Amino acid sequence: MRFWRTALRIAMRDLRIEGRSGEVLLTTIPFGLAALFLIPLALPLDRQLIATVGPGMFWIVTLLFGMFVTFRQSAVESPAQRETLRLLGVDPAARFTGRVITSALLLVVFEAVLAPATVVLYAPEPIDGWPLLAALGIALIGTMAVDVTAGLRGRTSLAPLLVAPLSVPLLMPAASAAAAIRRGDGIVVPALLMGFAVLALAILGVMTAHSLEEASG
Amino acid sequence: MEPLLSLDHVAVAYGQTPVLGDATLSVVRGEVVALRGPNGSGKSTLLRVLATLLRPASGSGVVFGERLGTREVESVRHRIGLIAHQPALYAELTLEENLALVADLAAVVHTSPAAALEAVGLAGAAHRRAGDSSQGMLRRADLARLLITEPDLLLLDEPHSGLDVDALGLVDALVRRCLERGGAAVVVSHLTDLGVDERTVSIVGGKLVA
Repeated sequence: MRFWRTALRIAMRDLRIEGRSGEVLLTTIPFGLAALFLIPLALPLDRQLIATVGPGMFWIVTLLFGMFVTFRQSAVESPAQRETLRLLGVDPAARFTGRVITSALLLVVFEAVLAPATVVLYAPEPIDGWPLLAALGIALIGTMAVDVTAGLRGRTSLAPLLVAPLSVPLLMPAASAAAAIRRGDGIVVPALLMGFAVLALAILGVMTAHSLEEASG
Repeated sequence: MEPLLSLDHVAVAYGQTPVLGDATLSVVRGEVVALRGPNGSGKSTLLRVLATLLRPASGSGVVFGERLGTREVESVRHRIGLIAHQPALYAELTLEENLALVADLAAVVHTSPAAALEAVGLAGAAHRRAGDSSQGMLRRADLARLLITEPDLLLLDEPHSGLDVDALGLVDALVRRCLERGGAAVVVSHLTDLGVDERTVSIVGGKLVA
């Protein structure tokens, strides 16, 4: 019970900070929209082709810019603030969970703005994905990447590099699902794989939170 | 008397750079240690070691009966209060919200955020964002944080920095209150007189000299 109370308190803190500064979403959403707008201009004027690549573009923009959302969001704490939380005895796993909750919620907002823009710009086949699941997966990956690289000199470069291998178990079922939808097949298997990947990432993040926090000191 | 904390030949390095060479120190209950030394001598690093936030590269230490570098020492962290160079406040939150966060997350709360702010003379600025506050106000709010948790060991890094003359007594009051509870304090300060009966320890080139 205390775990979830702490996690929600951390999430509330971060949402309040984002609500006042708008730093993460107000910076990222316009760039995400700009990317979605520019990609069709670089393709041949072929409505069928643009409609085919639409879902893929949506997910690539969501992943790349979503990761940026998570990095910025997870970096709101200064070293002094992190040390204060450690001295207060805040459970690192609860802190990790709280930050993931915030990032996931922000990513859902991000996706909610990008999805209609994708429909307008690409007229794609239905984006029958799992925005909530993907948002949670991206939030987990980004938060873990920030924690793994915390305290390292090259963290701003290392964190994005870490994202690539961590994203593989999330992207592969997403790509399989997109192909299955095009073929008119069911998406149960890719959805299960994606759910399993998110669950594994969540367990990994919670289990390693303490070690990573202590190592970053 | 059994020491509240002790260090035995502790050394710390950041990468290949040695910061603390050979620190041996013992602090008993009711004692105030004034830590002095030139810039870059390792004073702040020593405080972080005492706060259990930094693991020694060599040597050993005990804080509240728990050995540094072990998992068990984390159980005494809530009894330690650290004021670092940078205030541990969130710029977008008000001063009261910052302290409310501390009160919500702390294991034990002795004073409400509003009362703590009043005690440091910030009652009228409770709803001001930390990012819109002066350095002196941030320092006062940081001191108020310690009034909420009332730690048994105070580790203060230049606590008078940014405070006006009227507020200098806040640090003394905080330290006295801690001593009355049977606690102790280690204070890094360039002030020659802390206003309490302190033992001075100098740190030169990463080594402690009594």
